Amino acid sequence: MRRNQVAVVGAAETTELGVIPNMSQLQLHADAALNAIADAGLKLSDIDGFATAVETPPQVCHYLGIKPTWVDGTSVGGCSFMLHVRHAAAAIETGLCKTVLITHAESGKSMIGKQPRYTPPDSLNGQFEAPFGVYGPPSMFPIPVLRFMKTHGITHEQIAMVAVAQREWAAKNPRATMKEPITVADVLNSRMIAYPFRLLQCCLVTDGGGALILTSADRAKDFPQKPVYILGTGESVETPMVSQMETFNSSRAFKVAGPLAFKEAGITHGDVDHLMIYDAFAHLPLYGLGDLGFMPYEETGQFIADGNTRPGGKLPLNTNGGGLSYMHSGMYGMYALQESVRQMRGIAAAQVKDAKISVCHGVGGMFAASGTIIFTNER
Amino acid sequence: MAEAARAKPKPTPETQHFWDGTQIGELRLQRCDACSHVYFPPRPFCPSCASRKVSVFKASGKGKLYSYVINHRPAAPGFTPPYAIAVVELDEGPRMMSNIIDCPQTPEALELDMKLEVAFEKLDDKITLPLFRPAKG
Repeated sequence: MRRNQVAVVGAAETTELGVIPNMSQLQLHADAALNAIADAGLKLSDIDGFATAVETPPQVCHYLGIKPTWVDGTSVGGCSFMLHVRHAAAAIETGLCKTVLITHAESGKSMIGKQPRYTPPDSLNGQFEAPFGVYGPPSMFPIPVLRFMKTHGITHEQIAMVAVAQREWAAKNPRATMKEPITVADVLNSRMIAYPFRLLQCCLVTDGGGALILTSADRAKDFPQKPVYILGTGESVETPMVSQMETFNSSRAFKVAGPLAFKEAGITHGDVDHLMIYDAFAHLPLYGLGDLGFMPYEETGQFIADGNTRPGGKLPLNTNGGGLSYMHSGMYGMYALQESVRQMRGIAAAQVKDAKISVCHGVGGMFAASGTIIFTNER
Repeated sequence: MAEAARAKPKPTPETQHFWDGTQIGELRLQRCDACSHVYFPPRPFCPSCASRKVSVFKASGKGKLYSYVINHRPAAPGFTPPYAIAVVELDEGPRMMSNIIDCPQTPEALELDMKLEVAFEKLDDKITLPLFRPAKG
């Protein structure tokens, strides 16, 4: 895909984040969509392309009253929205549609109008993982981390520091769910969830949503907000079964998606001013730093422990507080994208000064899928 | 009220040979007749070279502990926490999820790369699960 041909011209989250007991999941989609439409200065009738995950495009389009000529229902977990951005950019460039709305919403905490997760007993997961006691993401997502730690010489304290650094970012963000400062000792003394991970190394469970509006870069200058251009994109999938990853020392899906986006963007790691790495659990930023090629895996733990990703550090990471401290409705990728867009617009709560390039990397399922979007505010 | 049971697999035509094997004390894998690739989970073609000529064989049942978590909460139905959810690397190459029995469910006892051997736990007349225990000797 060609660089900087498509831009984000509308971006918004739901009016509230956290616990939203007065809205169904479908209405959360609408709340986010209407906020993004207003942000872009558009009408719903201007939207001719639509993408969402979990809910189907017919469900959300009908609810909103949208009549699209292009839809994408790619649903590969929390990074689905990165894939939607990539697909939407291609659709706009090839003329399939002009103005795309991407929505995410999840009543992850209140569970209103949300189907519970179900693993059929005759699926491969149902036959070869569920019988051994996996029960929700905390029992699955951390399974690779002990091997990763042994291979790369990563310590429990270094991984605890991921949560500490992100809480420092969250403290600067009025919309973050958790703002109280924490220490490495607090993390390592918090309630055990699935060894080696404790409560403060696991994401929050909240309600919320977000929406993005994309159009061609040539049209973007006529919109009220500062355009944020799509500089590079990548995507991949590996396996729905965490036990069947090629290796636990890295993520194959990350290693495909990330470098694809860097190559397309034509940038090096030193060009990156701002970084989001989807942190459903505290080990993901370490995988991301290694798999995206920022540094050898062996250095990722010490890099974070040394404070390089905290406020004032040389590589600002997860500056909204991340899934660990900002919010996590279940499919967090949309919120990572929203923070990258805010940083590129220059309006983030914890704004990185003069940031021009933002890398936003997402995961879906338990390392099952991945999507990477590189944004810039310069064309 | 009966205690909630652990999730029970339901075989498909492609996996039936595996579950037939565990019932008679065999851990069955598949090998490609064309490229010799050994793979799991079951399917009637080679995921490496796409050949449909594949054979089922009885694996050694030996392997080592590749990685694990010790799950505390929430616990799956039929499990008493804390319990380890392990991934075993079989001597033949493939990995599979399982549980480690006859071993304390602690980080001290569960050492990565420790040698394991298969043990079979019968759930009912149709399903027997492959579990693993520390290898003897």
